[in-house]
Amino acid sequence: MTPSLIALAFLAALALGGGLGVVISRNVVYAALFLLVSLGAVAGLYLLLLTEFLALVQVLIYGGAVVIVIVFALMLTRLQDFAKTRDHHQWPLGLAAALAVLGLLAATFVVFQPAVHPLQSTGIQELGNELFVRWALPFEIASLVLLVALIGALIISRADRGE
Amino acid sequence: MTLLHLELLSAALFAIGLYGFLARRNAVLLLMSVELMLNAVNINLVAFAVFLDPARLLGQVIVVFVITIAAAEVGLALAIILRLYRNRSTANVDEIDLMKW
Repeated sequence: MTPSLIALAFLAALALGGGLGVVISRNVVYAALFLLVSLGAVAGLYLLLLTEFLALVQVLIYGGAVVIVIVFALMLTRLQDFAKTRDHHQWPLGLAAALAVLGLLAATFVVFQPAVHPLQSTGIQELGNELFVRWALPFEIASLVLLVALIGALIISRADRGE
Repeated sequence: MTLLHLELLSAALFAIGLYGFLARRNAVLLLMSVELMLNAVNINLVAFAVFLDPARLLGQVIVVFVITIAAAEVGLALAIILRLYRNRSTANVDEIDLMKW
């Protein structure tokens, strides 16, 4: 067992355990906290893969923004209604579908194993170059999408006059 | 640590998210499950980018875009859920059947 393998096992346990907590937990607030654990473990995974910038983005966007927004939404839609949520009665079908997808993906990954390069750190400069030169136009479009989504969210959730 | 480990981890995380999306009924929980699936895909993209094509940073760039779109999606979806909750006082996707025929 190399140190990186031990770290990977630890982070994988955190990510999968958090994910299971999200889908199994009865209490929605606990589910949101489990989601935070899972997303944090994924950030650690990015660090392990020597992609530091993505780890930073993951912590900032997911840990900082997405989970906070979800918790805010839970607070705004009355919490006591959410304390006990029930699953859909067809959940065994969902479990079967999920297991089928897992089996298919795992079989594919085990069968097709391409040759790999050794792990090496990618400089933040190269990533910046790639993002702002080669992918400049998609980057700008993504920012436009964010702006439109923000304005849309504001308009949708704004209280009507006289409400 | 090999590519296969990361692929299997992402497959497992994706399956968990898929189960959550199919089995839960609270709209906010569905959204969280979608986030899990997006993260599984991101892990796969980063693993492929790092292990298969380290010279070009294509996978990492796409992950940045996926995270951006996911943030936009969360904001918009939560606004819709809030609006639904205000109009119909439920966040249960089974009871939101206005457009079902």
